[in-house]
Amino acid sequence: MELATVIFYLIAAVTVGSAAMVAFSRNIIHSAFSLLGTFAGVAAIYVFLGADFVAAVQVLIYVGGILVLILFAVMLTHRITDVRITNRAVGRIPALAVIGVFLFLLVQTIRETPWQKAKEILYSPTTAKIGDLFLGNYLLPFELASLVLLAALIGAVVISRKELKE
Amino acid sequence: MAIGLTHYLVIGAILFSLGLYSVLTRRNAISILMGVELILNGANINYVAFSHYSSGNVEGQIYAIFVIMLAAAEAAIGLAIILAFFQIFHTIDVEAAETLKE
Repeated sequence: MELATVIFYLIAAVTVGSAAMVAFSRNIIHSAFSLLGTFAGVAAIYVFLGADFVAAVQVLIYVGGILVLILFAVMLTHRITDVRITNRAVGRIPALAVIGVFLFLLVQTIRETPWQKAKEILYSPTTAKIGDLFLGNYLLPFELASLVLLAALIGAVVISRKELKE
Repeated sequence: MAIGLTHYLVIGAILFSLGLYSVLTRRNAISILMGVELILNGANINYVAFSHYSSGNVEGQIYAIFVIMLAAAEAAIGLAIILAFFQIFHTIDVEAAETLKE
């Protein structure tokens, strides 16, 4: 087996394993920290797919932003000692059955479908192309995205502040 | 067997299923948000894998970046709602949210 294949399976195992920890762990702190493995593994998968810019964005925003935000929320809303009760799950067996059937159908579909193949598979730097597209074809969605982020910023502040009683 | 499109799609499908399992079974609002993040990551892997193996251009990656951006906005708003919820009910169990008004 090639070295690249071995590394790919290693990364896939880390990603899927920590995602399983997120879904099945009884301790919410363990769940939150396992999310780090998932996000980092997904970033490594992007590198395997030749998407260098997306991998960097994944590390910056998911690992550096969203994960820290989630950890903050966990720390602010829990007494760390009674984590066992606070991460309860209900209906595990029916949910497992549904997910099992669903995953089976998905994998079957993925295997059977004749996916369209690209003429050639390139490994080239993508940042310049992405920048061109963002300021060309995708200019309107790009500007709308900044508006959405501004609205989210203001909305988050308004929702989470404490109301002053007059 | 060489690594191909199928491998990446299967990883995406597994992440999606685990996220869906979290959303279905958890009663803790933060865990549900983590499940949503897993779902978005699984979808993103599909976008980037198709852009690499099927179309051969970077448009799929553009959509992946938009999804990451919206995930950041969603996490900020969602966690703000959870904090506000915690201030009122002193728990983040979603089954406590059965009243429409205080």
